[in-house]
Amino acid sequence: MKQAIQSGSPFRVTGEMAGVLLLALFIVVVLPLGLDTFRLNMVGKYLTYAFVALGLVLCWGSAGILSLGQGIFFGLGGYCMAMFLKLEASSPEATKIQSTPGIPDFMDWNQLTALPWFWEPFHSLTFSVVAVVAVPALLAFVVGLAMFKRRVGGVYFAIITQAFAAILTILIVGQQGYTGGINGITDLRTLKGWDIRTDEAKLVLYFVNAALLIGCILLCLYVRHSKLGRILVALRDKEDRVRFSGYDVANFKIFVFCFAAALSAVGGAMFTLQVGFMSPSFVGIVPSIEMVIYCAVGGRLSLLGAVYGTLLVNWAKTLLSESFPELWLFAMGALFIGVVMVFPNGLAGLYQQYLAPHVKRALSRGRTIAPAPASATTSAIVPPHTAAD
Amino acid sequence: MSNPTDYLLAVEGLTVSFDGFKAVNDLSFYVDANEIHVIIGPNGAGKTTVLDLICGRTRASGGSIKFRNKELTAMKEHEIVKAGVGRKFQNPSIYDDLTVFENLEISFPRGRSVFGALAFKRDAEVRDRVAEIAEMIFLTDHLDQRAEYLSHGQKQWLEIGMLLIQDPELLMLDEPVAGMSVNERKKTAELLNKIIQNRSVLVIEHDMKFVEDIAHRVTVLHQGKILSEGSMERVKNDPKVVEVYLGH
Repeated sequence: MKQAIQSGSPFRVTGEMAGVLLLALFIVVVLPLGLDTFRLNMVGKYLTYAFVALGLVLCWGSAGILSLGQGIFFGLGGYCMAMFLKLEASSPEATKIQSTPGIPDFMDWNQLTALPWFWEPFHSLTFSVVAVVAVPALLAFVVGLAMFKRRVGGVYFAIITQAFAAILTILIVGQQGYTGGINGITDLRTLKGWDIRTDEAKLVLYFVNAALLIGCILLCLYVRHSKLGRILVALRDKEDRVRFSGYDVANFKIFVFCFAAALSAVGGAMFTLQVGFMSPSFVGIVPSIEMVIYCAVGGRLSLLGAVYGTLLVNWAKTLLSESFPELWLFAMGALFIGVVMVFPNGLAGLYQQYLAPHVKRALSRGRTIAPAPASATTSAIVPPHTAAD
Repeated sequence: MSNPTDYLLAVEGLTVSFDGFKAVNDLSFYVDANEIHVIIGPNGAGKTTVLDLICGRTRASGGSIKFRNKELTAMKEHEIVKAGVGRKFQNPSIYDDLTVFENLEISFPRGRSVFGALAFKRDAEVRDRVAEIAEMIFLTDHLDQRAEYLSHGQKQWLEIGMLLIQDPELLMLDEPVAGMSVNERKKTAELLNKIIQNRSVLVIEHDMKFVEDIAHRVTVLHQGKILSEGSMERVKNDPKVVEVYLGH
C-alpha cells in the first residue's frame, strides 16, 4: 500500500483522468448538443481563454509567479495566425482596387507600397503555425531570462509584465501600417482556401479547439506530475532551499513562464480562427487581468477548475453585458474581491472542501475491492488545496 | 595565488562588509576531512554570515574560500552544491506542501536540470535511498505525510535528511538543535555522530552541552574575527572566551 502511494498514488491519477474525461464529455458532447451554432461559437471563444488559464495554473498556482501580462502571449499567438490569414485574404485579385494590390488593406490605407519584411514568411502556413508557439515562447524566454536571472520576482515581476502588456499595445496601435493599429487585423476569410466564416467551419474549429484544449490539459498534467512540477511547488514555498539543493532556480521559472506563454498563444491562434479577427484589445493590461480572474475564480491550483472558471466568468459576462452592460465591470470587481477574501482556492477549492468527500464516499461505496481505503488515507492527509485537481 | 592545501575547506582572509560594517573581518580557518568543526560565539559574531559566504548566498568582499582546492567565491550557489557542499538553514527550511517522501526526493542528486527534472523517474534506486535516509532521520512512518504537519524537531531532521541524500562532502548546519526538546536533542547528536562517516561537518551551535558532545574542533568568533580556536577543552579555559561568551 505504501509502495503504491509513493509511486504517485494511482487513485489520484485515475481520479484526475476521470475529471478530464468528464470535462471532455461536457465540451465535446453536451455543449454541441445543447447549444446553437452562434452560442457554441461563443463557448469556443471562451475556451480559447482557458488555454491562458491553464498556463496561469502552472505559472501562478504551482510556481507562485503571477504574470499580469498573459494577454501579450495570447495576442502574439493570435496575431501570428491572423497575419497568415490576412495574407491569404489579400491576394492580388481580391485587392485589385487598392493602389498597391496584393498587400493587406490596412497597409494600403497607410500608404505602404510593399509588404514589410517580417510579414513575408507568414505566406507559409507551416511557418505561421510554428511562429504561433515560437514567437511568444521566445519573448517569454527573453523576459524570463532578464528577470529571473536577476532574481526579480513577486510584485515586481507582475508589474513588469503589466508594463510589457502596455508597451506591446502601444506598439501595435502606433504602428498602424504594419499591424492594423487599433482595429487589429480584420476581414479574415479562408485557411488554405477553406472558408472559416461558415457555420460548418465554425463547428469544425470548435472541435479542433476542444481537442487542443484537452491535449494541453494532459500535457499540463504530465508536467505537474513530473519532478519538475514538484520543484515548482517547492520553489514557491522555499526558493532558497531549492537553490541550495543544487538547482538553478531561474531556469525552472523561465521554463514555466515560457510554457504558460506557449499555451496562451495556442489559445490566441484558435481565437483568431474562430472569431475571425485579432486586435490589441486582447493584448493589453485589462484583458490580461481578466484572464487572471478567470483562473482565480476557477481555482489557481486546479487545471480543470481554471477551465470551468473561464467558462463560468465569460458566460456570466455575456449574460450580464447583454442585459445590463454597465453592471459587468462592477460584477467582475466584486467577483475578484469575493475570490480573494472568501474562497482563495476558487471553485475547485470549494469543490474539494464540500463536495469531494461525498463524491469519494459514493464512489468507494460503489466499489467492493480494496483500493478505496488506501485512497481514503491519502486524501485524509492531503488537505483540500493541494489535491485541488 | 595561494598554494593548494590538504584541507577539505580552507578559508583564508575572508572579509565581507555591509555598507562599511565588517561582519566578517580577515577570517581564516580550516576544516579537515572527517572533522566535526563547531563555530560558536555571541550573537552578531558573524557565524551565520560565514556559512552564507561559503555556500554562496552572500558574496565575499575579499579573501578566498577553497573547497578541495576549488575556489568557491566565484561559483554560483547550485554549482557549490554540486561541488559537494550542503547547507542547512537555521529555521527548518522544508517544503510544507509536499510530502516527506517528495521533500527527500527533490534533494536526490539526479535530474537537476529543467529537462532532467521533466524526465526524472521515481525508480527503485530513488525509493531505496529515500527509505534509507528516512530511517536514519527517524521519519520512516511519516513518508506520506505532508511536511507541514511534522513537529519542529522532525522538520529539522527532515532538512538534515534532505542534505544527507545529496551526500555532500561538507555538511554545514546552522543551529541544528535550537528549539528541540531534550529527547530530540539527544537523538540529533546520535544522528550527527552517525552521519559524519566520510564527510566533514561545520556546525554553528549555542548549546554548549551539545557542542561538547560532538565537536572535534571549536572556533570562537567575536565581531567577525577569531577569538580562539582548538579543542573544546582548550577553548573553554581560554580567559578571553570566558570573558566575552561563556562567562555570561
